[in-house]
Amino acid sequence: MLCDICHKNIATVHLTEIVNSKIAETHICQVCAQAKAGQIAQQPNVSDFLSGLLSANIAKKEEQSLKCPACGFNYSDFKKKGRLGCGRCYSAFKRQLLPLLKKIHGTIRHTGKVPLDAVGSSVQEVKLKDFEKQLQRAVELEEYEDAARIRDEIKKFQGGHK
Amino acid sequence: MFDNFISNKDSWLSQKGPESEIVFSSRIRLARNIADIPFPSRANPGQREKVFKAMQEVYPHIKRFKNSFFVNMGELTDLDSQFLLERHLISQEHLTKQSGRGIIVSPDEEISIMINEEDHLRMQAIASGFDLKKCWEVLDNIDNDISRKMSFSFSPDIGYLTACPTNVGTALRASCMLHLPALILTKRINKILELLARISFTTRGLFGEGTQALGDFFQISNQVSLGLSEEELIDNLISVVNQVKSHELDSRNTLVKKYKTNLEDNVWRALGILRNARLINSKEAFSHLSILSLGLDLGIIKEIDLSKGKAGQKLIRNLFIMIQPAHLQKIEGRVLREKERDNIRAAILRESLGG
Repeated sequence: MLCDICHKNIATVHLTEIVNSKIAETHICQVCAQAKAGQIAQQPNVSDFLSGLLSANIAKKEEQSLKCPACGFNYSDFKKKGRLGCGRCYSAFKRQLLPLLKKIHGTIRHTGKVPLDAVGSSVQEVKLKDFEKQLQRAVELEEYEDAARIRDEIKKFQGGHK
Repeated sequence: MFDNFISNKDSWLSQKGPESEIVFSSRIRLARNIADIPFPSRANPGQREKVFKAMQEVYPHIKRFKNSFFVNMGELTDLDSQFLLERHLISQEHLTKQSGRGIIVSPDEEISIMINEEDHLRMQAIASGFDLKKCWEVLDNIDNDISRKMSFSFSPDIGYLTACPTNVGTALRASCMLHLPALILTKRINKILELLARISFTTRGLFGEGTQALGDFFQISNQVSLGLSEEELIDNLISVVNQVKSHELDSRNTLVKKYKTNLEDNVWRALGILRNARLINSKEAFSHLSILSLGLDLGIIKEIDLSKGKAGQKLIRNLFIMIQPAHLQKIEGRVLREKERDNIRAAILRESLGG
């Protein structure tokens, strides 16, 4: 019996598949069997597929309701206008903006001038000051979840720089 | 208002900077936002007013701004605003009416600050010729002076924060205005523009974003603003401009060697029209002035004493500015209809070029 796929080699693999509630028998050679096995392995697992869809949906939904705590600017408006609302939008939309900055500038690290009021203090100090400002604002706005997150970040940051 | 601008002898426009044969002017702008105030488009009128007032208080303390011109854009007529645009002191965007917009211009017009444009502050230093380093030196100091009085929106990670993410980091845009008639005549310009885009440099027309390349002028600027220092960004632009300049010089040589008669014909015809026209619009005038300027650079036109003699090239530079619509109206001191403008423009050109 020749292979059903290539019609060249002798069929050594006999597959029984149920397609549209009918039994279909396929007889194929070793080479074609390996190729077909590859195809089967590539087919996504249904649960993986669904969870993938779900997280994409969540990410989109999250984006839609994403709002800057300082100026109230929506991330979705940024997508429309290409302009941000205030300096704090950069940290509020960090997850979305960093990949974008990387795309535009090829990097996400500033190496240029630093304002005079930040000169003299180390980068760590400036960063800490920035964190504290964010924390203070979150508390003022009664965004306690944000405040807790920022506090954790400060702890982590201080831990890493001792 | 601004009557003294037109006769301003201190203006960078009447200076002849280094290597100004192809590089007409150099410019650097920095964007800055005041910490804890939303960017202008998001800010409410009160917040924009706050930014305006803050600058109103700060600028008299800065030495370079002694005897400066400071005004609320809302107080200007459309003609006045257009006039400032023609002198490259404000952007197209700054023409649209929004409360709190202002402009500061130093007496020599070298430094200007737009208040509440896309960012709270857009400061620029401009110089005649190829002199980016001078622009940076001046602007760096102005930036320091202002930052002593107010706190800027800054992140230690990604630098100065700006309304548009394309400006974040140094928030610096360096640009040179290049006169490239030979690259156009030899049709090599598109190749150059393509190459520039590929290495992340932007080319624009005479008045920045979205404008047409009038009079064979192209503005080349850096696209990237994050990840490199100010000096590195400027050095990169300098080497790119040098490259483009050498291509223009190459093309000029080709024209002289291979198409000398055609070139001479073009130049003399341009002068002929400029000396004789009775009605001429700015687009046509720009294109003839461009070729005339090339003719002077290449020594094709030597014998004519363009107006008062010596300063032929300087005169043409000046004409490029003076024959623009708002400038004509300022010179005449009244609002002019299009046809009147074309007529007066032709008269000014005839008179200046010995027609």
